[in-house]
Amino acid sequence: MSDTARTSSHDHLVDSLAGGLRPVRRLPGPAFRALAWCAAATGLGLALMPFADLEALRTRMAVADLRYAALGAVLTAVAAAVAAFQTSVPGRASAWALLPLAPAALWIGASGVGCLRDWAVPGADPAHLHQTGGCVAFLLTVSLPLSLVLVGMLRRACPLRPNLTAALAGLSAAAAAAALLVPFHPHDATATDLLLHALGVGLVIGANGLAGGRLLRRG
Amino acid sequence: MACAVTAGLDRPTLPGRDAFGWATVARPSAAASGFSARMRRDEALASDMAAAQAGDAEAYRRLLRDCLPVIAGLARAQGVRADAVDDVVQDVLLTIHRARATYDPARPFLPWLRAITQRRAIDRMRRAGRRPREVHDPIAYEAEVDRGPAPGQGLEARDRERVLARAVAALPEGQRQAVEHLALQERSLDETAALTGRTKGALKVNLHRALKALRRTLGADPTDRDEAASRPGERGPHDV
Repeated sequence: MSDTARTSSHDHLVDSLAGGLRPVRRLPGPAFRALAWCAAATGLGLALMPFADLEALRTRMAVADLRYAALGAVLTAVAAAVAAFQTSVPGRASAWALLPLAPAALWIGASGVGCLRDWAVPGADPAHLHQTGGCVAFLLTVSLPLSLVLVGMLRRACPLRPNLTAALAGLSAAAAAAALLVPFHPHDATATDLLLHALGVGLVIGANGLAGGRLLRRG
Repeated sequence: MACAVTAGLDRPTLPGRDAFGWATVARPSAAASGFSARMRRDEALASDMAAAQAGDAEAYRRLLRDCLPVIAGLARAQGVRADAVDDVVQDVLLTIHRARATYDPARPFLPWLRAITQRRAIDRMRRAGRRPREVHDPIAYEAEVDRGPAPGQGLEARDRERVLARAVAALPEGQRQAVEHLALQERSLDETAALTGRTKGALKVNLHRALKALRRTLGADPTDRDEAASRPGERGPHDV
């Protein structure tokens, strides 16, 4: 392409973009938007609370590893949401993607310790396979609306790495769903339980990474 | 804010250009003034972008035109080939347009632009890497000449040797000796004369007549060769 043709081509595009310019509302900061999504997830949790056995929840939260696993899930959901919103804005450091690692380690570690109770404590109440299947269904069902809301909010920005942003969104939605599962999980964790939970979380993250990546790669 | 702007200054640069594509002054003493000029330029771009977010088309046009050399310089520094730089520039312009709501005027503009340009340059290079390189001539494979031996080449060579041997064997004795020693075995006239007991002049005449006879025999249609070789009357003059 000659210099003249090149300049003309760029000028044409610049004129076209400037000619169709409309005012835009500046997006709020990533932290604020992450907070808004967390508020929405909390609202969903509060809406589900009347169906939960709060007395059993109180008893279970007295156990350290269950308490830390729930705390880890909540922190992972918040951190992954912040990371997803940060990576959706050009110019923000991609190191934000590492933010959920520490809370995820707490979540996975505490859940893994909980699995050992089946062998360590004779009177434990491990989950049966059909109960675990119900947990996975809960994870997937609750993750879906959370993911949709999150991806919809992220689409308003411009993720330069859409798959990474979408995977973080999936992690956030899956962790939030796991946190919301705690009041409805009236039995102790087993290795099978943890594996199926991990499968459910992996499915949500993978589905978000693939489908969400495509949704975010618009334009 | 200043850290974010200077974060790009350690990037590979073009001669006479800094990491953002701005023209630089070679004198080290001018570094401070160059930095402040860059800061002023960044502020001007940020101001234009803020106006563009509010719908100011003229500021937006000015901003995009000012960005063109910056984008091209960053793309080249990223390793984009010269013939693909324009594609990257256009991709970046479109991305700026789509992402303009994400820009925060409280932050520097150039890191925001650099992040977009680097990502679009990487995307373009990945796409170029995935694309097959030699698809311009769809029948290139079929039309390619195979420089190796043809499948029947060995058989044809053996056939030619057999026909030649029969034609030579059919020559008169003197001509046959001349062809075998002088032409096929590449001996000298002296050696051949010593081996056959003929004079060098006779050998020359015999070779000349033999070649003439072979040309007549082998130059004919392949189906006639055997007949020509088997007709004694057409062998040519006798040898000397």
